[in-house]
Amino acid sequence: MTDIALQAIGLVRRIEGVVAHTLVNGIDLAANKGEFLAITGPSGSGKSSLLYLLGLLDAPSEGEVIICGQSTSKLSESERADVRLTKCGFVFQFHFLLAEFTALDNVLLPMRAAGRMTESEMRERGLSLLDSLGLSEHANKHPNQLSGGQRQRVAIARALANRPEIIVADEPTGALDTASTEQVFSILRDIADEGQTVIVVTHDPALAARADRRIHIVDGKIAETTERGVGELILETGK
Amino acid sequence: MKLVLNIAWTHVSTRVRQTLVGMAGVAMGVGFTIMMAGLMQGSQIDFLRQLVDTMPHVTVEDERRSVPTQPAEQEYGAVQMSDIANVGRRAGIRYPESVMNSLRAWIPGDVAPSVKTTAIIDHGGARIGITLTGIDPRFEVRVSKLASQMRQGKLDDLSRASNGIIVGEALAEKLGLKTGNTVRLIGGQGTRLNSTVVGLFRSGLKRVDESQIYSLTGPAQIMMGQNGVINQLRLRLDDPLSAQKVAAQVEAQTGYQSVSWQEANADLLSTFTVRDFIVLTVMGAMLLTSSFATYNIISTITHEKRQDIAIMKSLGMREYAVRRIFIVEAVIIGVVGILFGWILGYLLCYGWSQITIFNPLTGTTVPLQIYYSPMHYLVAGGISLLCCAGAAYFPARKATRVHPVEIIRGSS
Ligand SMILES: Nc1ncnc2c1ncn2[C@@H]1O[C@H](COP(=O)(O)OP(=O)(O)O)[C@@H](O)[C@H]1O
Ligand SMILES: [Mg+2]
Repeated sequence: MTDIALQAIGLVRRIEGVVAHTLVNGIDLAANKGEFLAITGPSGSGKSSLLYLLGLLDAPSEGEVIICGQSTSKLSESERADVRLTKCGFVFQFHFLLAEFTALDNVLLPMRAAGRMTESEMRERGLSLLDSLGLSEHANKHPNQLSGGQRQRVAIARALANRPEIIVADEPTGALDTASTEQVFSILRDIADEGQTVIVVTHDPALAARADRRIHIVDGKIAETTERGVGELILETGK
Repeated sequence: MKLVLNIAWTHVSTRVRQTLVGMAGVAMGVGFTIMMAGLMQGSQIDFLRQLVDTMPHVTVEDERRSVPTQPAEQEYGAVQMSDIANVGRRAGIRYPESVMNSLRAWIPGDVAPSVKTTAIIDHGGARIGITLTGIDPRFEVRVSKLASQMRQGKLDDLSRASNGIIVGEALAEKLGLKTGNTVRLIGGQGTRLNSTVVGLFRSGLKRVDESQIYSLTGPAQIMMGQNGVINQLRLRLDDPLSAQKVAAQVEAQTGYQSVSWQEANADLLSTFTVRDFIVLTVMGAMLLTSSFATYNIISTITHEKRQDIAIMKSLGMREYAVRRIFIVEAVIIGVVGILFGWILGYLLCYGWSQITIFNPLTGTTVPLQIYYSPMHYLVAGGISLLCCAGAAYFPARKATRVHPVEIIRGSS
């Protein structure tokens, strides 16, 4: 049990409105510490919606998300924000860096918001993160001075800032060229190998194949789960 | 908080033009408010000071506030008497010397006796009703500014001529009187008295200058037909603002109607209250409008930064912390604007004080009176700051309430 970083039980997300819509329709899954999980599926199948639920950005209509053994269903909006700040790192397709800040300041943002380190400790960590992502000479550049791949790597550094147990990435390479895509993926792979749980949504089957486990979603449900190294064995089909 | 400040500063410092417009708005609001307050209070204080200088602070008269209750009314509840004249007693304040001595024992100021009556002044066929006040020049200097209001002659000249009188400048002009002229005074009982004009005064209050004549107590008593009577005591206090309290005590002690200068000018003071209210409302509105530019800027910034807001929230910054960024921005604009507003306000006040106007009270051209008070600066600044924070609060709340998922979905 202690190895499970994140667990989802019976997740359902409905949109109330003129046209009611079920984005996520009963998903159970568990991710181990250090596991690299890929979520695939056709466009509009609910991958992003699921990711928002897993990262506590959105609250489920039914079911619950358990992060590091802690149930999150009864948390207030502020408490969920605190969990996001310290336990989940987000990477989106669009980098969402603050334009007025340098790469380093963007990476420092979550640490400053958490306020658990001194300024010099934060800077040291920020610089070493940028360094490990090959961005050491870009620390003082603004996002508009960086390439797409560089920006996305800054966004990853920002997601890693508070040493979260879980990194969720929604098509992080969707807007990148092949070389940058490769780079970002190997970084995510390394992060998982260092013990953090990585959940990434991707369209690219080749990349998904490099994950420890691949979860295919259709119409808000898990259609199939593929474990790597077990010869693309289909463990579970439909639900 | 440091992060909030940092982001806020970045937002405002990268929008120099907008920020300057916001600051200019605040500065003008604060500046003009300070100017208005200084002018308002300056003219008011100036006016009151002259009023207080000209008038006795408390006047004790040989009258009662209402008709005394009749013995029959006191005896029988069913009895009601009407049409009773408030007379039937001897005119004048009884034993004025001892009353004055007992008042001098405790009032913080001084007291002087006088005889007040009405008469008609007859000069060359023109007849004008006037108020004749008989005074004692020795005491008069202690309770009124008459001595310093003299344009021609001196108070002491009253005793140098037979039945000497001092006439208001405006009245003298009307009648073509000059010092040394003789006029005839006609009293209520038809008493006629030939008097010599020994001096002219100017108080600045038109109604006084047109109808007031001073003489010694003797001639006034003759005009009244009451020998030796004193029907008015006038008090001058060290602190004019204590007049109401002292008047009440004097009235309780002596039983004579004692009127403070505030009571005597209640109508005037109440117009001041109305004026104050109007001006305060206008100043408040001015400060409020001056924060509109700030509202505009914060609205723009929160709109432009929708994505940043979403990402900060998604990263785990709490909503109120994100909201605070924009309020801090407004406060930065407000504080700088207020500082400039203070300077502007001071300069405007200084500018006005260089302008001279004709003052009817003194008959001279004097600079506009400006009242400088740190309170004006603090209050204008404080209200302005609140307006700015309020102006930022609403757009900031609206923008930070939006769920980050809505924005993130919309942009990817
Ligand atoms: N607020 C919403 N109201 C109605 N439909 C929505 C809303 N948000 C998302 N959807 C729809 O739900 C479906 C699932 O969306 P999403 O989770 O983004 O899918 P994916 O990431 O797999 O492309 C899509 O068809 C999308 O258009
Ligand atoms: Mg998606």
